[in-house]
Amino acid sequence: MLTDILLILLKIVAVVLLFAMPIGSLMTLLGDRKQSSMIQNRVGPNRARLSIIPGLGRLPLVGIPHFLADGLKMIFKEDAIPDGADRTWHNIVPAMALFPAIVMWAVIPFHDHYCTGEIVVQNYRDICVEGQTRNFFSIANLDAGLLYVFAISGVSVYGAAIAGWASNAKYSLIGGLRSSAQMISYEVSMALSVAGAILIYGTLNLNEMVVQQGHLIGGWLPMWGIVVQPLAFFIFLGAMMAETKRAPFDMPEGESEIVAGYFTEFSSMKFAVIQLSEYVATVFVGALIATIFLGGWQVPYLYGDGFHFGNTPTAALELPYWAVIALRIGAFSFKTIFILWLQFMLRWTLPRFRYDQVMNLGWKIFLPLSLANLVITAFVVAIL
Amino acid sequence: MAETIFFIVFALGALGFSAAVLIAKNPINSAVMLVCSFFCLAGIYVMLSATFMAVIQILVYAGAIMVLFIFVLMLLNIRDDEIEAPRLSIHQGIAILAGTGIFFTIALSIAAWSGSSSRVAHDTMSDTFGTVEPIGDQLITSYVLPFEMAAILLLVGIVGAVVVAKKRF
Amino acid sequence: MFGIPIGWYLTLSAALFVLGAIGLVLRRNAIVMFMCIEIMLNAVNLTFIAFARYHNDLGGHLFVFMVIAVAAAEAGIGLALIVNVYRHRRSLNVDDINLMQG
Repeated sequence: MLTDILLILLKIVAVVLLFAMPIGSLMTLLGDRKQSSMIQNRVGPNRARLSIIPGLGRLPLVGIPHFLADGLKMIFKEDAIPDGADRTWHNIVPAMALFPAIVMWAVIPFHDHYCTGEIVVQNYRDICVEGQTRNFFSIANLDAGLLYVFAISGVSVYGAAIAGWASNAKYSLIGGLRSSAQMISYEVSMALSVAGAILIYGTLNLNEMVVQQGHLIGGWLPMWGIVVQPLAFFIFLGAMMAETKRAPFDMPEGESEIVAGYFTEFSSMKFAVIQLSEYVATVFVGALIATIFLGGWQVPYLYGDGFHFGNTPTAALELPYWAVIALRIGAFSFKTIFILWLQFMLRWTLPRFRYDQVMNLGWKIFLPLSLANLVITAFVVAIL
Repeated sequence: MAETIFFIVFALGALGFSAAVLIAKNPINSAVMLVCSFFCLAGIYVMLSATFMAVIQILVYAGAIMVLFIFVLMLLNIRDDEIEAPRLSIHQGIAILAGTGIFFTIALSIAAWSGSSSRVAHDTMSDTFGTVEPIGDQLITSYVLPFEMAAILLLVGIVGAVVVAKKRF
Repeated sequence: MFGIPIGWYLTLSAALFVLGAIGLVLRRNAIVMFMCIEIMLNAVNLTFIAFARYHNDLGGHLFVFMVIAVAAAEAGIGLALIVNVYRHRRSLNVDDINLMQG
């Protein structure tokens, strides 16, 4: 009982503080600053140095210490609350924005359940004999994992909406309204586009989904979501980008129209927390897409006891279990970061949409396409 | 033991937040309090091993219905808290008295019916009770008619909402 | 581990239902009254789920499923009506909406 609770706490700390937050905040530097500066053909931050630590003072460090300076700046800024704003909500809102972004991580599997016994590979699945499986690599192995993700991402509307309302400012209110309209609209196509993948895998449990993606079609092609559901992948990526309110879908904060949208009136650490929650949500998009469409922790041809080429019971190249685990977690992190990189490339490459274009894209293109995808997938699944 | 603590926390949360919905002067406060109350109820559903229903509760109630409420409240942007004309306190008193009376009547009848022996059954339950698969099975076998009716109802709801909210034809 | 008596759940549900009913009577703001109806619906859902667990029958969950579908449709139409009423009368107070009383 007590060890279970400790284990869960340990997993939460590991996932949030060692994975989601560091990638999220590092991304603010590398993705938002360095990558954008490279795309826009400028230098970007390169002057921040750690001159406090002796020996490092002269090292340029490509501007990486910049985010430490940013953090310090955020902490020491004045926390301004506008006149007439709802003070209570103004103070609570950053937490409301951060809460769903972190809670969503509960169902992401970083690896299959740990097996205490021997692993036998049968039909592209690791089967644990003479031992138990222990859930060490995801915080909660929920039966309705994907639905849980949708539920929590539905709740994440409140942060933006209430932030806009509590600021008592016109631009903030418009930003809040836009963000809630946009998120409600894109949730529909987001859920419908994954419905095809749910039909194929026949489960909502994310870990089970990943296990099934280890299957090889024709003995060589991994049955990743992107292979069997290519259209859904692009719709889902687009819809999730719209959910996180990043450019090119950054209507709720559109700098050229409504200053900074729903967080115009937030400063100091409150601003930082709202910003961080958006980055963590962006990392989560990467993790979720990697899980559903890019095979999650699966490395192609790698199973519990080593590499198998084709449906063979013995491994062609045997590996110890710890190496398999390390490889798989590494693969998952790599896929997550790859999707992140892709989001940033899209973000800095595409021009911003107009508000009506965002709505048209959501309701008139994504929704019919995902419905068609779902119907066709249902037919194919029923026939096979 | 742990179960009792969780029950008390969630029950008090649900009751307290629901009471806050009634007391809050500002409709937006009411809406957010109601969302918190729904979260507590979802916790209670999980205790009753209705995990799927708990997730649906959050997904539909907190994630869709209440977002719509808040969206409408922000759209109409009613900031003045005085739309509520102060009612005569005697009316309030009568309502609260009647409510308390009804509650005690129900509670007494529940106590008379159940007593202390009727615990929620634990051992007869299958492992998959309340998960997605058995519910989905039932939905498209024995309950397929209500399921289809719900689909038609939602379609009618969509059309009706568009027709009602449209400014002119 | 015997679990919690079902009476506790039913009592909680009764309390929630009564709270919703009192709110429906006391509050005059149309949207808040609507929220009180949601509280009452949720109280009923809780009863269904408690009995589903008690009788070990999934039927209760399916009833809740239907209730949630109805609540979603109701919220859509009800809020559309409220928006429309607000456009005409500039008020959400249900006491002001009395054209039909003659």
